[in-house]
Amino acid sequence: MEPDPDFAGRAHVALGDSKLRANFRRAMDGLMAKRKAQFPDPAAWAQLRARGAAVRARSLARLPELLEKLEAKCRANGIQVHWAETPAEGNSIVLDILKRHQARTVIKGKSMVTEEMHLNAHLEANGIEAVETDLGEYIIQLAHQAPSHIVMPCIHMNKGEIATLFEANIPGQPYTEDVDALTAAARRVLRERFAAADAGISGANFLVAETGTVVLIENEGNGRMSTTLPPLHIAVTGIEKVVESLDDVPPLLALLPRSATGQPITTYVNMISSPRREGEKDGPTEVHLVLLDNGRSRVYGDLELADTLRCIRCGACMNHCPVYTRVGGHTYNFVYPGPIGKILTPQIEGLDCAGDQPHASTLCGACAEVCPVKIPLTDILVRLRQEGVRPTSGAVKGGGANRSAVEALVWRGWRAMYASPLLYRLATRALALVGNWLPAGLPMLKEWTSVRVKPRFAAKSLHQLAKEKGIKDE
Amino acid sequence: MSDARLRILSRLKAAPPRPAPALPEWVPPTYGEGRIERFVAMLEANHAEVHHVTASGWPATLDALLAARGLRTLLFAPGTPLGARLAEAWGDDQRLLPYDQPVEALKPTLVHDAEAGITAAKGGIAETGTLILWPSVAEPRLMSLLPPLHIVVVEAATLVDNLAQAVTGWAQGGMPTNALLISGPSKTADIEQTLAYGVHGPKELMVLIVT
Repeated sequence: MEPDPDFAGRAHVALGDSKLRANFRRAMDGLMAKRKAQFPDPAAWAQLRARGAAVRARSLARLPELLEKLEAKCRANGIQVHWAETPAEGNSIVLDILKRHQARTVIKGKSMVTEEMHLNAHLEANGIEAVETDLGEYIIQLAHQAPSHIVMPCIHMNKGEIATLFEANIPGQPYTEDVDALTAAARRVLRERFAAADAGISGANFLVAETGTVVLIENEGNGRMSTTLPPLHIAVTGIEKVVESLDDVPPLLALLPRSATGQPITTYVNMISSPRREGEKDGPTEVHLVLLDNGRSRVYGDLELADTLRCIRCGACMNHCPVYTRVGGHTYNFVYPGPIGKILTPQIEGLDCAGDQPHASTLCGACAEVCPVKIPLTDILVRLRQEGVRPTSGAVKGGGANRSAVEALVWRGWRAMYASPLLYRLATRALALVGNWLPAGLPMLKEWTSVRVKPRFAAKSLHQLAKEKGIKDE
Repeated sequence: MSDARLRILSRLKAAPPRPAPALPEWVPPTYGEGRIERFVAMLEANHAEVHHVTASGWPATLDALLAARGLRTLLFAPGTPLGARLAEAWGDDQRLLPYDQPVEALKPTLVHDAEAGITAAKGGIAETGTLILWPSVAEPRLMSLLPPLHIVVVEAATLVDNLAQAVTGWAQGGMPTNALLISGPSKTADIEQTLAYGVHGPKELMVLIVT
């Protein structure tokens, strides 16, 4: 298969992959049904969602102040706080901490921000082995792939593919499609890694400024292992994750797992507020929190785009997206796929390298409808499309990169035609005469007619017909 | 990296101010008399095994339950009221394995040998069938994570309806190193959305509700 440089090209390949289509269809149908069952009462959903959105909006309104409060509280609790402007800075902060501890192997809980930083590759290039321990992340790490979903990273694979992968990579493991046996094999291998690891790295779902607490949710227990068993824990997350108080957590926790996987709550909710204290028998003796910016503070500067930062990473937008559910996560070619990726990636990476992302949408609005924190995804998609051709400010990196001289000329002509009755009449007459003779394969028409029949132009325009019937122009 | 800190914060502070919206009313569910029923139903839906016990009789009930399973080792915390009560009732039972040293000294036992671990719960949440664990100097964190069976003793009187009620006052009282909410055994659905238990943590969760 030829690698395609563009979204549309990759999408065409994905659409023709019947196995991938079936894997996603099955998974997405299941997730949509489970989520729906968790919100049976529309009034209760509306009330909870309004609360969740307000909690996030309030936190963002006071973001710098809350970050300073969080930092002070964490420091007082004994958690060391680091700030990184770029993924490269974040990577070197993590590497420095690990080097100071002479760490050779690191166990990792699931973290999208470390994916955003490509931390594993950085550590491996520096001689440190990073083992993903979330079952889905472990599977894709064995397969040398990137996650295709932010909550369920290996959702694009079926058990046959996973059975083959385990047989090839785990010594003594026979081919089996039995899910319990596959899970047990991963437990066996990873338990040894947990016990021997020098450090654990995790993400964070929420940061509570009031108490200096890192909240981490998960089902498997690997997050707890990574943050409890090794002597060193490094939590890595984005600066936008902070909330003001513990009271802000319950509504968000009532929204996140239900929207994500249709669970009332995850098996584990970890609230970590300090390293091991005097006399305690377990837990890491050092805890670090790395706060990554990577463009978020620039996004924050634009009042409309800043709503992107409300996201709690549930993935409901992708589960309900008619594009994502058909083409899968890898088609997007960036860490965050689906609707949230379509608005986040261009803002982080720049419209000059991810300018096609806001266009990978039908603007149907399903994402905005299910978003538990009411991010106006379609409005932001439209705004980013505009920024791509005509930047309103410096708000988005690479603004204007999608501008095409030909397209600009066409639109200018269109505007001139619609602004002048004379030009308009001339143009419609001309089209009535020659329109039907234009071949469907003309450069301007080809894209559109590749999936549609070229329409027939009427011999007479509406204006002409009206005039003939004696209706006068007003 | 204090330069990064300065630059990030100054960009955020230079951004146009935005109004902080008021918090709209949200009323999480309450269960009144049905609180315990809800708690049990949700625990069982989360794949936990639930037993109703008495304050005086639970060590004997537990003894019978574990004997029926042929369980050989039970990790317990001798310094907690719960651990002391268990040790007193069970005497010098060969199954009892005290977590009384730092993890560094006990790692192989904890990681491979302990078949079960028993902890108390600070409380329970009816809405989601959740146990609140509050690990301490006396009751370490790994007891509820490493053994394949986790047993929790929770007092019915400590149940609340929802998480919002549960967290009230936590910030003022001071947070422990690692507060935990546990709602079932360790599980995953990463392979074809098929539920499998015990992927990393306990495969089974047994809850003894003391009334």
